[in-house]
Amino acid sequence: MLRNFLIALVLASFGFIFLNLYNSYEPKTELTGIAAHYAENGASEVGAANLVTAVVVSYRSFDTLGEITILFLTAAIISFFLKLSNEDENKVIIHKGTSEILKTASQLLIPLIFLFGVYVFINGHLTPGGGFQGGAIIASGVVLAIMANPNMTINHTVIVWVESLSGVTVVIIGVLGIILGGGFLDSTLDGYGLGEFGTVFSAGTIPVIYSLVGLKVGAEISNILNKYQKSQKES
Amino acid sequence: METLELGKIGLLIGFLLVIVGFWGILQQKNIIKIIVSFTILNTGINLVMVALGYIKGRTAPIIDDSVEQLANHNVINAIVDPVPQALVLTAIVIGFGVTSLLLAYAMKLFRAKKTLEINQFNDLKW
Repeated sequence: MLRNFLIALVLASFGFIFLNLYNSYEPKTELTGIAAHYAENGASEVGAANLVTAVVVSYRSFDTLGEITILFLTAAIISFFLKLSNEDENKVIIHKGTSEILKTASQLLIPLIFLFGVYVFINGHLTPGGGFQGGAIIASGVVLAIMANPNMTINHTVIVWVESLSGVTVVIIGVLGIILGGGFLDSTLDGYGLGEFGTVFSAGTIPVIYSLVGLKVGAEISNILNKYQKSQKES
Repeated sequence: METLELGKIGLLIGFLLVIVGFWGILQQKNIIKIIVSFTILNTGINLVMVALGYIKGRTAPIIDDSVEQLANHNVINAIVDPVPQALVLTAIVIGFGVTSLLLAYAMKLFRAKKTLEINQFNDLKW
């Protein structure tokens, strides 16, 4: 009883705070400060049509590096946490087969889902989307594959190599920014050019960085899924 | 009744989702339902952040022909604020990491007690 009362009290006070915030909220009418700078100079400085991508990968790419690190840490902690003993690792569980519809449909859909994921992260600087979204789409294809065939094993070596190589390459491109550009992770390198605005090969190194981020995120999420799937063997 | 602006609707729904998420975290007994409540709370906060960057009558911050037509080749008057959207992208990724960690813990907890009822985990209770 007391518990319910306390919960109601907490929710009511949150509601009160939010109501006050809502009532005192005045919608913006124009861009101010740094947003105005991004809107005005984003196209000429960075060359990315999608200004959100320009902010994420060029102006604030430290954030993105931090995000990649957080995802990597999550995958590492889950690997550590769901680690199996050697006995369990070698155990073979035969799952019940799934329905014919799911199997057949997955054979058709998985390549298309992967293709769509690649499209989303390659065009991250032109259309809504980007590395994280594309990586998540690729991982959703992996989920479908696991659901259609629960006995499948994901090749751990390939995932680890894709993940490490793309992570290292992103940092190398970042360091190149110190030498050829304006600073660490600067996407406009001297001699590389911005390219024609609005085409795939534009915006300096943004497409390269975002493609690598997409591969890395896809590999990391697949790694997490692999751990979840394997932990079924735990006795 | 006066019509609500899109930004205000987003703000209202976001706050509602935050309250629903808090209610779920405090009230639910099943660990999976608590994790779902966490993601609802997360979504609500993201929605509030995106709604704060909304400006009436403007379009997404992607420069193409439609943007150029909308404001006579002046981008600054045609797009909504890109900065909250970029921050929400970061927040979504962190939310994903938190959710996957919570799910891993839930799996381990289920192995330990063969149940997901939070009341059964009373080892530290006095």
